[in-house]
Amino acid sequence: MTDPLFEYLCRMGDSTLVLGHRVSEWCGVAPVLEEDIALANTALDLIGQTQLWLGLAGEVEGKGRDADALAFHRDVWEFRNLLLVEQPNGDFGRTMMRQFLFDSWHLSYLKGLAGSSNDQIAAIAEKSVKEVTYHLERSTDTVIGLGDGTEESHRRMQDALDRLYPYVGEMFLTDAVDTAMTEQNIAPDPATLRPAFDAHLDAVLQEATLTKPQDNFAHKGGKTGARHTEHLGHMLSQMQWLQRAYPGATW
Amino acid sequence: MYAQMIKSTGQGVKSLDEMEPQERAFQERIDAGGKIEPKDWMPEGYRKNLIRQIGQHAHSEIVGQLPEGNWITRAPTLERKAILLAKVQDEAGHGLYLYCAAETLGVTRDDLTRDLLSGKMKYSSIFNYPTLTWADMGAVGWLVDGAAIMNQVPLQRTSYGPYARAMVRICKEESFHQRQGYDIMMKMANGTEAQRKMAQDALNRFWYPSLMMFGPSDAESVHSAQSMAWKIKMNTNDELRQKFVDQTVPQAEYLGLTVPDENLKWNEETGHYDFSEPDWNEFFDVLKGNGPCNTERLEARNKAWDEGRWVREGLLAHAAKKRSAKLAAE
Repeated sequence: MTDPLFEYLCRMGDSTLVLGHRVSEWCGVAPVLEEDIALANTALDLIGQTQLWLGLAGEVEGKGRDADALAFHRDVWEFRNLLLVEQPNGDFGRTMMRQFLFDSWHLSYLKGLAGSSNDQIAAIAEKSVKEVTYHLERSTDTVIGLGDGTEESHRRMQDALDRLYPYVGEMFLTDAVDTAMTEQNIAPDPATLRPAFDAHLDAVLQEATLTKPQDNFAHKGGKTGARHTEHLGHMLSQMQWLQRAYPGATW
Repeated sequence: MYAQMIKSTGQGVKSLDEMEPQERAFQERIDAGGKIEPKDWMPEGYRKNLIRQIGQHAHSEIVGQLPEGNWITRAPTLERKAILLAKVQDEAGHGLYLYCAAETLGVTRDDLTRDLLSGKMKYSSIFNYPTLTWADMGAVGWLVDGAAIMNQVPLQRTSYGPYARAMVRICKEESFHQRQGYDIMMKMANGTEAQRKMAQDALNRFWYPSLMMFGPSDAESVHSAQSMAWKIKMNTNDELRQKFVDQTVPQAEYLGLTVPDENLKWNEETGHYDFSEPDWNEFFDVLKGNGPCNTERLEARNKAWDEGRWVREGLLAHAAKKRSAKLAAE
């Protein structure tokens, strides 16, 4: 079996990588200049976090792979990101709803990691918490503003929520890797974070005048790598293209 | 240079004796190196000219995100991706300060945006060229930002206070952009054979368009003479172009790349490089809308603006609701 710590670090780094990449697809075409800046800033933070998570994953693995080798030379089945983050951007509303759902989980999870028995993980989490606090503040405000905006913005945000909600559950699934982490006091058990997430989600949705879907069905297979969506492969074919087309070159 | 072919009143520069007292005091302040601030009196021509110049510069920053954004999703390493994101984010920030500086002259960002989207206002010709390989990210930083800096460093001393102050910050960031561009070129030029070819190809394609950024010779232009008298233009186009060539040729040599100009040679007598002029017909074609990417660039900006309408309207509607709820509570 693969070292659970390596698996675990890939999960963290792949989620920030894939979401950072998705957000960077917005470059230069946001609805307003301030959003261009904020989206680039969010993408930049997430790519920075990726360098730390995947850098540590490479060290833990001990086979000479660095963060770039992991990001650019693995294929779909080796990626361990949450399914939520590989979903295409859609309109700005869907992008910000995806961000809000992820940020809500991400911040409480990172706060749990700040007390990790692994010092390097605790340090990465501590740095990330500062950035993600701002991400969540901004995505919360945007979801509220657009949910409780015009009829059209409300409809689009409700559509976004309905479309993405089936990908929420995976963030709180506990499997053998999580259990191994919890047993060593490296990371919190994701399932324990769900009540606080739901409380925050309910409060925000109420202010945003949005309705939480009744069906709690959850797609899964992203963080285990068992079954990604078709979207990830297309994203990787673009992201990894230069490294794959010119093997051995340094950039 | 991010503002090209800016037309002033076209009436020639007045002497101090020909001016009314108010205008004379204004001109004397500029001559003495003083700054004009938003609430000060200024000739209508100065105001209009600055709006066009600052507006065009702002638009260039905004449209300039597109050719680089074209490579963010294909950046070859995490570090390169982060650097490129930071650079494009800076450019959006530059656009923001410049629109704010223009707003002090009595236009709104929305007015300027509408003029950009309708094609009434221009942005720098350079952003109508495509970025085809990763080496273009190097060439854009090295040559395009390098040419922009040539123009922008003197503009830190321009007579209009808000513009000069915006330029101080912009110049700091632009010099980082140029260094990162040159760093990409170094990697490519010292890399594999394919990378060296890519680097040379990028230089071949961006050399003349970069020289065009300074605009055609304006030694005889009344527009430029007026702008220089007002200190909203500090050097002639030819002076800046020469300075750019003199600075860039040794950098190309250091990279082991060849500048695509058979007439390029060092002139002992003048102490400058002799070089070929770019094809000015091509330049005017690009300005008219016939550059390789004019249509795509404007299409992308219009699409972003149109598709973002519901977001802007939604956020404004929410803000209005919050305000009235707050008023009702008071």
